[in-house]
Amino acid sequence: MLGLTRKDAVLLALVMALALLAPFILNPFPVNSGMAQFNAGYPDLMQRFVIFGIFAIGFNILFGLTGYLSFGHAAFLGVGSYAAIWMMKLLTANIIPGILMSIIIAGLFALLVGFISLRRSGIYFSILTLAFAQMSYALAYSVLTPITGGETGLQLKLNDARVLDAALEQGQRARANLFGLDMTASYDLIAGAWQFTFNAGYYIAAICMVLAFYMSIRIFRSPFGLMLRAIKCNNTRMNYTGLNARPYALAAFAISGMYAGLAGGLMVAMDTQVGPERMFWTASGEVVLMTILGGAGTLIGPVLGAGLIKYMENIVSKINSGVLHDWFYWMPDGLEDLVVTLIYPFVGKGWHLTLGIVFMLVVIFLPGGLVEGGQRISRLVRGKRAKPSDQTTPAE
Amino acid sequence: MGILEVKNVNKRFGGLQALGDVNLSIAENTVHAIIGPNGAGKSTLLNVLVGKLIPDTGSVMFDGQSVLGRKPFEINQMGISRVFQTPEIFADLTVLENMMIPIFAKRDGSFRMHAIESVDSERSVIEQAEHMLESINMADQRHNHSASMSRGNKRRLEIGMCLAQEPRLLLLDEPTAGMARADTNNTIDLLKQIKDERDITIAIIEHDMHVVFSLAERINVLAQGSPLVEDTPDKIKGHPKVREAYLGESAD
Repeated sequence: MLGLTRKDAVLLALVMALALLAPFILNPFPVNSGMAQFNAGYPDLMQRFVIFGIFAIGFNILFGLTGYLSFGHAAFLGVGSYAAIWMMKLLTANIIPGILMSIIIAGLFALLVGFISLRRSGIYFSILTLAFAQMSYALAYSVLTPITGGETGLQLKLNDARVLDAALEQGQRARANLFGLDMTASYDLIAGAWQFTFNAGYYIAAICMVLAFYMSIRIFRSPFGLMLRAIKCNNTRMNYTGLNARPYALAAFAISGMYAGLAGGLMVAMDTQVGPERMFWTASGEVVLMTILGGAGTLIGPVLGAGLIKYMENIVSKINSGVLHDWFYWMPDGLEDLVVTLIYPFVGKGWHLTLGIVFMLVVIFLPGGLVEGGQRISRLVRGKRAKPSDQTTPAE
Repeated sequence: MGILEVKNVNKRFGGLQALGDVNLSIAENTVHAIIGPNGAGKSTLLNVLVGKLIPDTGSVMFDGQSVLGRKPFEINQMGISRVFQTPEIFADLTVLENMMIPIFAKRDGSFRMHAIESVDSERSVIEQAEHMLESINMADQRHNHSASMSRGNKRRLEIGMCLAQEPRLLLLDEPTAGMARADTNNTIDLLKQIKDERDITIAIIEHDMHVVFSLAERINVLAQGSPLVEDTPDKIKGHPKVREAYLGESAD
């Protein structure tokens, strides 16, 4: 089906189902219950899940297949965002030209950065990409202020040209749309105590993610993907196999840059503003964490990793001491305070601490990421003993 | 005029003269061995032949074209394939996938990338790879992970991968180093079979005299970076200078 093997088609169907049903899956708790703060099914967060999913899927095409660890992918995300917002300012608030341009510009920028950075491998490659990303950040922050808006960034303004759009009526604002469908349009489904939100922007981003995921399956299964895995596995042999490996690595770099650009363009489509902090090195590091946490070199791992990190960032960070006291009110007073004091550093603003511990545990005990965890559990369920040789095998 | 002509090659690392005025001529479709004690410059010579090192002076001509200044992959495209001392294969991939890589490389080169169609749909490449696996007697292992194979089988696969590039000259760097006797003999048999079945020139660098005398038609002896003698195996065996420089020391 669609040029996929049965197993891959099942995986794609699973991702489609997850994306389609996300408003239900992420809102399992009734609105007024104490658990409602764990609901992640609001548009803003769901959009972030799929957009960072795209970012991580693309990053995995480079890192998971070729082993080249880029520490500067946020630069492509940021460049994509700036390209998109300029299209929306100059041409039209319709998101199509912006998203296309974000992919193109980020791809071209990735070609340039990759061409230079791929002259080195290993840590030197990582440092070169990091240097490029930080230069891009610095340029966007100050030097290129006329183009990037500097520290404040860019937003849609009333006096933008938007040559393709009709003039706005009095009191109206330009809104990101797809042929008139407003990205912020939502439909709330209320079922008893539950509430589910279906948001236009989310579904457009989700369709992009499903397409991105499908493309990534095709790339993984193609001769190109096989060559990339060969580069990762043994560059010495590759150099003595009668082809120049660098164009292959550069193509992978540019493709993953285009994925990052798409993610950046979608961010602007969902929320029409850009700032330079989007290109800061911590943003580049985040996508590395997502990919490794989920399982580098696996198909679905990056999506899971992106979901987990964004969930923690938005949900675990909201647990403050008041919430903790509510949870443990049934304990004797002294014990309650003790428990809250012990847990407090790991939640709320301390969510990074929890993330760090999860990341360490995964890297030490599950080098193949969450996907390996899933494989081990399914093996346990089936009662088979884990074979050591299978452990780091990518999902195939 | 041989297929490979090495003339007056010098290579110096600091104070060490690794190669001093090396001259070597390898005739087409022969098996040629290069032997010599440790530090004789055999590996340096090999690295010059494949483009990993550039000599200080001298020339290396393959089939009338200079290989100097070309990158390893370019020399590979000219028709020289190299087998490494430690088998260099793609350990994360299956045996069949390993064999497909050089076939894809030969078909597509560095720039024709096929990122959409699946590997499974590349019937002709798979058939070629399976055919090559049959000819090196590894067809039954095609779906095995190559990392878990024995040293001998890794070597066999690596030689097969080099043959899949249809080279005119196959260079082997101590192909039986670190192998058990049985694996060594299997490798010798494989190389004999290749020599009989194909129009190919083979150059071997080797320590193991059993391997050298089983295969070679001509032998060069290197000592301290310089060529000592070149002759047939029978003459080399009895040559006093060779005995002095090499065989006498390592006779067991």
